[in-house]
Amino acid sequence: MPRDPSTLLRKFHEAKWDEQIILEMSVPGERGILVREVEPGVRKEVGTGVAAIPPGLRRKELPKLPEINQMRVLRHFMRLSQETMGTDLTIDISQGTCTMKYSPKVQEHIAARHPGIREIHPLQPSETMQGVLEIICKLEEFLKEISGMDKFSFQPGGGAQAAYTAGCVVRAYHGSRKDKKRTETITTMFSHPCDAAGPATAGFKVVTLMPNEDGYVDLEAFKAALSERTAAIFVTNPEDTGIYNPRIDQFVKAAHEAGALCYYDQANANGMLGIARARDAGFDLCHFNLHKTFSVPHGSMGGAVGALGVARELAKFLPIPRVEYDKQGKRYYLDYDAPDSIGKVRSFMGNTQSLVKSYSWIMQHGAQGLHETAVCSVLNNQYMLKKLSEIPGVVVRYAPGRRRLEQVRYSWEKLQKDTGVGTEDVLRRMADFGLQHYWTSHHPWVVPEPFTLEPCESYSKDDIDEYVAVFRQISKEAYENPELVKNAPHNQVVHKVINPSINEPERIAVTWRQYLKKKARQQGIIPKPTVESRH
Amino acid sequence: MNPNASQSSEISGKKKLGLIVNPVAGMGGRVGLKGTDGGDAVKEAKLLGATPEAPQRAKDALRVISRIREKIQLFTYPKEMGEEEATQCGFRPSVIGSIKSGETSPEDTRRAAAEMKNLGVDLLLFAGGDGTARDIYNAMGRDRGLTLLGIPAGVKMYSGVFALNAKSAGDAAVSFLETSTRNVVEAEIMDIDEASFRKGIVVARLYGYLRIPEERRYMQSVKSGGIQTQKQVIQGMAADLAKNAQEDCLYIYGPGTTTRDIVAEFGLEKTLLGVDVVLGGRIIAKDVNERELTILADGKRKAKIVVTVIGQQGYIFGRGNQQVSPEIIKRVGRENIIVVASKEKLASLEGRPLLVDTGKEEVDKMLAGYVRVITGFEDYVVYKVGF
Repeated sequence: MPRDPSTLLRKFHEAKWDEQIILEMSVPGERGILVREVEPGVRKEVGTGVAAIPPGLRRKELPKLPEINQMRVLRHFMRLSQETMGTDLTIDISQGTCTMKYSPKVQEHIAARHPGIREIHPLQPSETMQGVLEIICKLEEFLKEISGMDKFSFQPGGGAQAAYTAGCVVRAYHGSRKDKKRTETITTMFSHPCDAAGPATAGFKVVTLMPNEDGYVDLEAFKAALSERTAAIFVTNPEDTGIYNPRIDQFVKAAHEAGALCYYDQANANGMLGIARARDAGFDLCHFNLHKTFSVPHGSMGGAVGALGVARELAKFLPIPRVEYDKQGKRYYLDYDAPDSIGKVRSFMGNTQSLVKSYSWIMQHGAQGLHETAVCSVLNNQYMLKKLSEIPGVVVRYAPGRRRLEQVRYSWEKLQKDTGVGTEDVLRRMADFGLQHYWTSHHPWVVPEPFTLEPCESYSKDDIDEYVAVFRQISKEAYENPELVKNAPHNQVVHKVINPSINEPERIAVTWRQYLKKKARQQGIIPKPTVESRH
Repeated sequence: MNPNASQSSEISGKKKLGLIVNPVAGMGGRVGLKGTDGGDAVKEAKLLGATPEAPQRAKDALRVISRIREKIQLFTYPKEMGEEEATQCGFRPSVIGSIKSGETSPEDTRRAAAEMKNLGVDLLLFAGGDGTARDIYNAMGRDRGLTLLGIPAGVKMYSGVFALNAKSAGDAAVSFLETSTRNVVEAEIMDIDEASFRKGIVVARLYGYLRIPEERRYMQSVKSGGIQTQKQVIQGMAADLAKNAQEDCLYIYGPGTTTRDIVAEFGLEKTLLGVDVVLGGRIIAKDVNERELTILADGKRKAKIVVTVIGQQGYIFGRGNQQVSPEIIKRVGRENIIVVASKEKLASLEGRPLLVDTGKEEVDKMLAGYVRVITGFEDYVVYKVGF
């Protein structure tokens, strides 16, 4: 995949395996592992072992799993991996708001291979896992320092679950004050959707505020929405546009005056590590996505963690168990004794391996390194914003002249008006240059023809230049030969796929079983499952 | 040189402003007709007691323009097609052409527009709706050089040539005529088939483009027709309304696909373009006009008005629902007005406020401020209302 030094463009072509679905590769009788027969002595005592399982739990039919040997399984997944554009394969600036940073492999090594992590079980006595408990406790200290909050829970398995957990904490807080009127939360359109969905799942009504013509949240609209019914505000800042709400202190003040709590979704925190703290801005709760800002990594490559931090007066409501340190006994332990706790939102301590990775990442950087992370990601973003703004067809909406923080929601609105090539066309064309297609926007698209990019600290000037060169090329193609872009990708195994809506049961099957049924139904055959005798 | 700039035809002397008032435009609105294109509709509207809307709207705009009347030469058509309105606002217009007063037709509009084009007017201001805009467009022939500006006075205003309201039309005209280099943009001339419209089918057709002054803050966006409503969103809104429903309360549902689909969730069949009244779980009156609605909402029984946002313009009152008159709105009260709209629709306003143009400034003022829009089940957006 050589790169042309004059254009910075690569001649990329994806590996073309056109791999089958594993269930289609099944050969009856083929095995990956041959399990030994039960030894005669054992058989004599307990039979086949099946007798120990209650009759109601026993399968009447064998599971319809593919029968396939080890080497073919490995080959299958290796080929699939070559047909995807993983984050370690490409310049992954594309997933704005996801903070796709490079995750040093040493973290993986520790979390996956260190026996102190690999071989422990959450139910074993805490005396026998002091190491991991110490890591969790120290990670909490780090995040307290970074956010200014007083207590953290690592149980939520992602940002959305953190927002839900926060909703439960908010409800418990008002409940403890016998304030039953507070049934609503307020969020903004450019905050993450979980800031509406989380509290809604926790039982709140949700009021959303739209951006005004400048892309800011209207303070007057916010004040009009606040009332004695408001339980909390749930906001992201900077919002998904990359614009930092410069009057956030007034929002917090107004909310507190109305008796509401303030929750800060810090999924976009990469641009302010070591610079600004949620608690200092008056927020009562916040969460970090460890899989974004703290390098777990993100995107099906590790368990996610929505680390939920709260101010002192809310600490008693956090989930159990909590990892505590007994200063006298000099030992770490799990504390279940919390009568006001909202309970559990996930098993045990959450995704412990991910906590180890984040701890490792912070230790590699130190306080100065975290600050540098923020500075560098903001600088990268400004450079890319400048470069992309020069490309014909790119529009940057809202707040002209004001800087964005660590990401930008761009728009191909002008390109689409000029050439008919929209954002969905451009993203498909990107793959032909060896780039991961970008993320557009949450729905609904407030910014037309959107795309959201986040060139975090991992990316060099050279990376950004290559990335921008691809956009410049696609823009040029759109103006000269729009059909080329509209029919992209050209160098991929799968060409243009009509973008389906989620709810299209006639066209989409999410499981193999469903696929077979639908296929049979389409062919007018009623599917008849056959039971093969497999011994 | 800016390719979108049009130079004034007058090197020295006064700017030329053309004025056409379609005196029957907007008459169908209050009486529940869907427009007055076609002679029978005008007669029916008159029988139902409709009074002309356009002359008043034209005067509202002309009053704003009158502050520069010494700097402009106003050309208009006789009597109710502009002469009367202009004179009443202190203009001394140059009256051209001839009409049969009281029986004006689309042909008069087309003739007037053609003559004004030949006179080389700098701006053609007209009071009417989509039908009027279409007539002017048809009169232009192949020459699309004329700059147009619509004073909204029709029932249907899907075209992009209309100012937000009469006063804005005046402001935009003044701003356009006072500057020597003027930026213009092309705006859609759209209309919907009135016969289908009366049957409940909204198909906005694009007829062509004419140039308008580039003054976004004064102009309406093109209203888009035929947007599919998401079923789940509708179900959510209906569930929210149902949860908070009050017995023995009149629910006055305005036109639109959103309100129709919500009412359908209650197992009732609502007219698409009419105002229907629901009481105790059944529709008690369909497609009511202002008079019928005034009798039903007599102030003795509690009433709520449920309206949606019309297209991308953001109107909640004064476009397509003129049957809900300012008097009725006032009687029902601000706190009993329920606005329903999807977040997509609100997002399409791009931050511009929801608009009201009831015809009475006092009522517009009463409605202004912030409104809680139902966007789903227990899901709301607090949004600004302006006028």
